[in-house]
Amino acid sequence: MIGLARRLREAGVLGLNRRNAEYTLLYNQRRLYPLVDDKLQTKKLALAAGIAVPDLYGVIEVQREVRNLPRIIAGHDAFVVKPAQGSGGKGILVLEKGPRGLYRKPNGSFMSEAELAYHTGNILSGIYSLGGQPDKVLIEYRVNFDPIFARIAYQGVPDIRIISFLGVPVMAMVRLPTRQSGGKANLHQGAIGAGVDLATGRTLTAVWGNGVVDTHPDTLNPVTGVEIPHWPTLLDHAARAWELTGLGYQGIDIVLDRDLGPLILELNARPGLNIQIANRAGLGLRLEKVKASRDGLKTVEDRIAFARENFAAA
Amino acid sequence: MNNRHLYWLAGVLAAIAFAIFGYKVLILKFPVTPDRLATAWRIEARIDFNAHGGPVLGEFLLPRSTTTRPVFNEAFVSGPYGIATRDAGDNRAAVFSIAEATGPQTLFYRATLELAPATETPAPSPTPSLNRVPMNEAELAAARALLVKLRPRAAGISTLMGLLITNLRNARPGDEASLLLGNSRSTRRIVDTAIKVLRQGGIPARRVNGFALAEDRRQIGVAHWIEVYVEDRWLPFQATDGAAGVPPRHFPWWRGEQNSVTITGADRPHITYSVSMAHQFALRAALERSRTIGVNLTDFSLFGLPFQTQQVYRILLVVPVGIFLLVLLRNVVGLRTFGTFMPVLIAMAFRETHLIWGITLFSIVVFLGISVRFYLEHLKLLLVPRLAAIVIVVIGVMALLSVISFKLGFMGGLSVALFPIVILTMTIERMTVVWDERGAMEAITQAAGSLVVAIFCYLLMNAQIVGHLAFVFPELLLVLLAGILLLGRYSGYRLTELGRFRVLAGKDPQ
Repeated sequence: MIGLARRLREAGVLGLNRRNAEYTLLYNQRRLYPLVDDKLQTKKLALAAGIAVPDLYGVIEVQREVRNLPRIIAGHDAFVVKPAQGSGGKGILVLEKGPRGLYRKPNGSFMSEAELAYHTGNILSGIYSLGGQPDKVLIEYRVNFDPIFARIAYQGVPDIRIISFLGVPVMAMVRLPTRQSGGKANLHQGAIGAGVDLATGRTLTAVWGNGVVDTHPDTLNPVTGVEIPHWPTLLDHAARAWELTGLGYQGIDIVLDRDLGPLILELNARPGLNIQIANRAGLGLRLEKVKASRDGLKTVEDRIAFARENFAAA
Repeated sequence: MNNRHLYWLAGVLAAIAFAIFGYKVLILKFPVTPDRLATAWRIEARIDFNAHGGPVLGEFLLPRSTTTRPVFNEAFVSGPYGIATRDAGDNRAAVFSIAEATGPQTLFYRATLELAPATETPAPSPTPSLNRVPMNEAELAAARALLVKLRPRAAGISTLMGLLITNLRNARPGDEASLLLGNSRSTRRIVDTAIKVLRQGGIPARRVNGFALAEDRRQIGVAHWIEVYVEDRWLPFQATDGAAGVPPRHFPWWRGEQNSVTITGADRPHITYSVSMAHQFALRAALERSRTIGVNLTDFSLFGLPFQTQQVYRILLVVPVGIFLLVLLRNVVGLRTFGTFMPVLIAMAFRETHLIWGITLFSIVVFLGISVRFYLEHLKLLLVPRLAAIVIVVIGVMALLSVISFKLGFMGGLSVALFPIVILTMTIERMTVVWDERGAMEAITQAAGSLVVAIFCYLLMNAQIVGHLAFVFPELLLVLLAGILLLGRYSGYRLTELGRFRVLAGKDPQ
């Protein structure tokens, strides 16, 4: 056990306690959290900085406004309902309009108008929000994901998570929904996590459950060696997220839209540690490297160049 | 981050705590472990009877508090009955009454007693009247014959008692003793017969009814011995062999040949007594010592508080111990639980309900709560009304369980008062969300995890030594505080992470 802990430390694997004590607690100021915990604020910040986000159709802030829902989604065939302050993807619904006023979920099941209103009410009362406090509901554009992912994702929306420390992208992964994950891009629900080479934007090894996979279990297409389009833009967004929020240690979740290109889905002040498993590499050493050379990294370009140079796949 | 400030703070806190602790242990000789041979006992009397439907009036004899045998923390649980205590000759009595009652009734009396030291001289008391017990001709003749036989051989009251009891114990068919005793050879019969004979001979004597306080017992039988009035004092004699003195580790409860409960308007009552050790008074000596040294620790410590408040702090002061364990389990081991401190609150509830019943209650309430919660899902209620509805269901379920368990004669069901209803409700709500989002397995795993943590917390918080140390040495809280502060900067791996990241071990990071 002790030996295992030592080997993990030598590999630079970051544990939850160390992430909290030495990174989020020190580099993320509490007063900045609302900027990322409230997705509405994140959206406004990103738009002000000229970064693309999914188009916002409407916001529901109190129970009475739930009846405005049909008006908000009028004219959109597909949309996403999400809590403004949700965490871990809880409470997010991706819907398409179906027959007889029903809404179709990615897994093919249907939802009635009343059920949707109930779900909206639940979000408002805060059962999905971080501290349990009353929340807002965002209704926004449903991403038509890039065809590159159609072959390696089962239902749901694949996304790209980049961890950025002091404005330097340090690690990235692609999360691919599977049948087991029920269309959700969440690793411990059964989605595939594939590490990404920061220099080239090409996927490395992929992890599914506790094992390594080369192909997607549902589509049987290879998941390694896939080149992610718009990679320079993604790195740019990740690097600029620091100036955007002021959070030193954050996770940037990006989706690739077929027509609109990269869209920032959300920012995360406490990004999970599974990315290390997907990349088969520890975060700790990379973070220390950035800390050691932070003085020389002034501009966004410097930081991206640093990342490409230092965190390329071996 | 410079941790020196933190280490310094934790060090100072621990140093202060250990200094006070050391002073109390080494100089004031406070006991570090709970005293095994406690001299204080908690005793509970439970009176069950069947009321006839009219007024009920009863009297229950109580122990009298003396300087050598103090009785404290008396409490009655009497429901609608009116209770008054009065002096009843040799005894103290509680009179209980009600205008109308039907069916089975239960009353409780609880008190804490302290055993007198083995060598004890009884206090003088006024001359009692000699109530000769009415006897028939044959008995009278037998008693007189026995006295005539024994008196010349006895040098004093002690030898007379020895001879009398031995004679009664060894009664042979046909002799005087056998005639007096009749069919029974019980201790009570022997005591009553000895008293009859003594009184016939002009010596005031009475029966003493009490209890042996040797171990924790659910139901204990009443023990009997004799007191004889000699030279302005009642002297005790044992009923086994007539030896002088109260039987070892026995506490006298009431005196006289009557039953402890007399009642009108109801059937013959059934009384059960249970005893358990009470440890708090083992500390008396230490507190006395601190008083003589001049440090008045009693007045400026938890021992100076009213007993009720002390009881509350007995519970509160072990909570930090449970919380410390929780921090360890969450941040070092890496277990996940519903609600940050929920397991500790459940563990506190277990103190009242005890483990098996507590786990049963928790499982039943959560199970029924979840069932109701899933049913309410269909009604599409808003969050706060939905939670309120679950609170009511939880309370209803607990009340129902209490009633059922009481009817089945199982007392554990009555001690649910501390069960954290609101916390349980939040647990149920969170569990259903996890159930929906992550599936039943994950929800049940997390609930079971919370329960396991609660059990660990309970076992630790309920350990006798922990309760003793926390209450007698509350300064040790500072050590826990220091420990928790240090854990607050613990940045090593959690045990569960070793498994989670196992695949990354032994590989080059780049």
